[in-house]
Amino acid sequence: MSLYKQSLAELRFGLDTRQFSARELTEAFLARVGTHDAVLNSFISRVPEAALLAADQADVRIAAGEKAPLLGIPYAHKDIFCTQGVRTTCGSKMLGDWVAPYDATVHQRLNAAGAVMLGKTNMDEFAMGSSNENSAFGAVKNPWDHAAVPGGSSGGSAAAVAARLVPWATGTDTGGSIRQPAAYCGVTGIKPTYGRVSRYGMIAYASSLDQGGVLAPSAADCAIGLQAMAGHDPRDSTSAAQPVPDYSADLNQSLAGLRIGVPRQWFTAGLDATVAARIEDALRVFEQQGAIRVDIDLPDAELALAAYYLIAPAEASSNLSRFDGVRFGYRCAEPRDLMDLYERSRSEGFGSEVKRRILIGTYALSAGYYDAFYGRAQRARRQVAENFAAAFAQCDVIAGPVAPTVAFDLGAHASDPATMYLEDIYTIPVNLAGLPGMSIPVGFSGLRPVGMQLIGAPFTEARLLATAHQYQQQTDWHLRMPAAYEEGSV
Amino acid sequence: MSTHSRWEAVIGLEIHAQLATKSKIFSGAATTFGAEPNAQACAVDLGLPGVLPVLNAEAVHMAALFGLAIDAEVALESTFDRKNYFYPDLPKGYQISQLAQPIVNGGQVVITLGEGEAAEQKTVRVTRAHLEEDAGKSLHEVFAGMTGIDLNRAGTPLIEIVSEPDMRSAVEAVAYARKVHAIVQYLGICDGNMQEGSFRVDANVSVRPKGQISLGTRTEVKNVNSFRFLERAILFEIERQIELIEDGGTVQQQTRLYDPDKDETRMMRTKEAADDYRYFPDPDLLPVVIEPATLAIWRDSLPELPDAKARRYQSEYGLTPYDAAVLTSSKETAAYFEQTLAALADRLPDQVADAKLCANWVTGAIAAQLNKTGLAIGDSPVTAPSLALLLVRIVDNTLSNKLAREVFEAMWAGEGEPDAIIDARGLKQITDSSAIEALVDAILAENPDKVAEYRSGKDKLFGFFVGQAMKAAGGKANPQQLNEILQARLGPPGEQA
Repeated sequence: MSLYKQSLAELRFGLDTRQFSARELTEAFLARVGTHDAVLNSFISRVPEAALLAADQADVRIAAGEKAPLLGIPYAHKDIFCTQGVRTTCGSKMLGDWVAPYDATVHQRLNAAGAVMLGKTNMDEFAMGSSNENSAFGAVKNPWDHAAVPGGSSGGSAAAVAARLVPWATGTDTGGSIRQPAAYCGVTGIKPTYGRVSRYGMIAYASSLDQGGVLAPSAADCAIGLQAMAGHDPRDSTSAAQPVPDYSADLNQSLAGLRIGVPRQWFTAGLDATVAARIEDALRVFEQQGAIRVDIDLPDAELALAAYYLIAPAEASSNLSRFDGVRFGYRCAEPRDLMDLYERSRSEGFGSEVKRRILIGTYALSAGYYDAFYGRAQRARRQVAENFAAAFAQCDVIAGPVAPTVAFDLGAHASDPATMYLEDIYTIPVNLAGLPGMSIPVGFSGLRPVGMQLIGAPFTEARLLATAHQYQQQTDWHLRMPAAYEEGSV
Repeated sequence: MSTHSRWEAVIGLEIHAQLATKSKIFSGAATTFGAEPNAQACAVDLGLPGVLPVLNAEAVHMAALFGLAIDAEVALESTFDRKNYFYPDLPKGYQISQLAQPIVNGGQVVITLGEGEAAEQKTVRVTRAHLEEDAGKSLHEVFAGMTGIDLNRAGTPLIEIVSEPDMRSAVEAVAYARKVHAIVQYLGICDGNMQEGSFRVDANVSVRPKGQISLGTRTEVKNVNSFRFLERAILFEIERQIELIEDGGTVQQQTRLYDPDKDETRMMRTKEAADDYRYFPDPDLLPVVIEPATLAIWRDSLPELPDAKARRYQSEYGLTPYDAAVLTSSKETAAYFEQTLAALADRLPDQVADAKLCANWVTGAIAAQLNKTGLAIGDSPVTAPSLALLLVRIVDNTLSNKLAREVFEAMWAGEGEPDAIIDARGLKQITDSSAIEALVDAILAENPDKVAEYRSGKDKLFGFFVGQAMKAAGGKANPQQLNEILQARLGPPGEQA
């Protein structure tokens, strides 16, 4: 079978049994990137020379008998993780040529694991967006339908994985930025519990919500990627001290008796009928495997959306203050004085969605408005977390849609940010509560994939991955790929 | 001030004390003063994209010690907030500070006002003390037409100690600032160096007619880097405000800088519209939790603080409250006193060391010389053991107080240890009674008419005989013995006319 269609476990076996070398594997994927990415635009930076060097080093380690799940296997980083020696743009003109002098903890871990980075993937600027159209490096196309967006903000990672330009990729998820593009691109994505993956070196959008995770074809692949990324980091005070279980070892847990909660409030007029139908299909597959469907109440999604669009911009307005043209990043030409330096560097360096959210956040934190906006949003956030806690008294896993629709057309919401924000209505509550969530492919609406969301209680990634894996043992949606990216197609 | 006697000043201080941790409050970079610009600024201090703060536990420990030392409530849970504003030497565009839940709430500091018998004590209330990070420095003078940014100081841990507006004069404000300075140094949590900015004092000053309850509009005076300048700056500001009001003007809420060269304050910026710092809880940091058991251990670990030490000096050594306060006013002064006393006790194992004598010399001759030369007591050319050697010679009657002064001056000038100076200068006191009797008899024989006058009732002449005898003795006769012998020889005045 062609290398690009193999799972991470299959690639591991091939490398360990010397069917192919890490260099050959890396060359194969680099060739695919070279062939397809001019159209797809899923990469901001490619590093073929560094990748081949890393592959050669991996081959030496493999030859020495080292056994490690990701050793010699290519991947791509969302361009939000700082990588020493390779620019980290965060999809922004502000950081267009900025090279971090240090590695993100996630990158250190993947380097130590011997994973081979092919490059950095495209994203909405500073992870703000649901379509990848807010990138200073151009929009990304959805590999299933080039007229459609790939979703965002991890749209480059989702598109690259969907087109099998990389076996897997990292992503980050603040309000749905892994799960929604995974759904739109028909791949599997996991956003772990807040604190499971270190945020050190992951450029902050909204610190209390940001969480790194994985996009890959299957849940089994996600388990391997997450295993390498997860764990306590003393450099991130919000990282969790809990031990990391063996995610791959737990994949074969039976679904018999598993209570799957289905929120009534999520299957209402706002949800596309075809998306709802595909999710009902998937729920029947779970039931056939012995899972028990439990209809539950999960109110306040609109409240969560409103709270998110105060809390996230508020934190962002502060997090993005450091981009002032003084020490690094974009600086305007010929500043007249300090205020001019600030104003023009920021006006010229940031895109419109980033500026919109900085303004919203600045307003929400202003004296006299703090209690009405930020304070109330924090109370709403606690309410959302309590709603989930109550729901998990009745079920083990919550299942529902990832987004109200399948991928929309490029440009469809360009002039209407509020409608775009609605794309996140099912994913945002999960971030507010800090819970782990997944997206798995469950079929199509026309050409465009449909994703199903699975949500667990804190630190139940193993159960979520097992639930998704058991479904993927019965279905082949996760194995499908867009025909235009098959080898031999024109 | 006499013309202003109907006015009352109201002063509160905000003191920023840099904590003496080895590394910064949220990063592992060193805090040493004076390194090459930006040599001690790591990725976290530079506010690079992606970095995160990790709280230095030692900074929490030190802030809690301060709270315990001033009898404040140390919060078992406190939180960090972001104070957002743009400034080139503030790398992240926000300062991590504590607004809503500071680590120290309340507390009080007792100050001693006045001198000697007239000394009295006053309690100044502390509102709060919170942890925060220092900013970097803007260097405006180094590059023509440009500003340099040195971020070595960025992230240095601070406690900001905010007092209630309890002080009513510059003297009280200085006494409070000095006391806080002493406490942080006793605790070992701050090096107290005002020139290097380790201990910075901002004064909020307002005036009001005496008897008025409500406060006048205040100004904040910054850039005061010594206690002397603090006093000058406050005095200037009080005068300025009173004159302004008496001339029909009103005080504007302003931040003012003190200029020590011109001895005046001048406006830095108005504060008519309050700055909006858009504080909110820092999502990168968890609440700071201190276990009650930990706090109890820290409480037990507190060193003897100035007030307790002063009480002990009074009860144990019989010192006056004023002397005790002066001796404990800095850790170094107290240490000097205690070392002198211990050395004296070592030299004279058979008797109780004379603490009062030690106190007099430390608060008298030593303090006067330090004051004159501007030296710190730790740099005194007369060390505590040397001073003790001098005091031994007073106790054993080798030296009169007057001769001791002369020896002390020589010691200060670097002429060596007391015994060597006594030998070299022949300053040994004459304590042989027969020698003094001979001297006295000779003086009386030379001045029969004065003796007659004395005996006829002119008792003031006693001093004349003392002076003549001392002069004949080259100043070295034991004064007490001389007195006794003269009295015995002359008899009571006016009796044998």
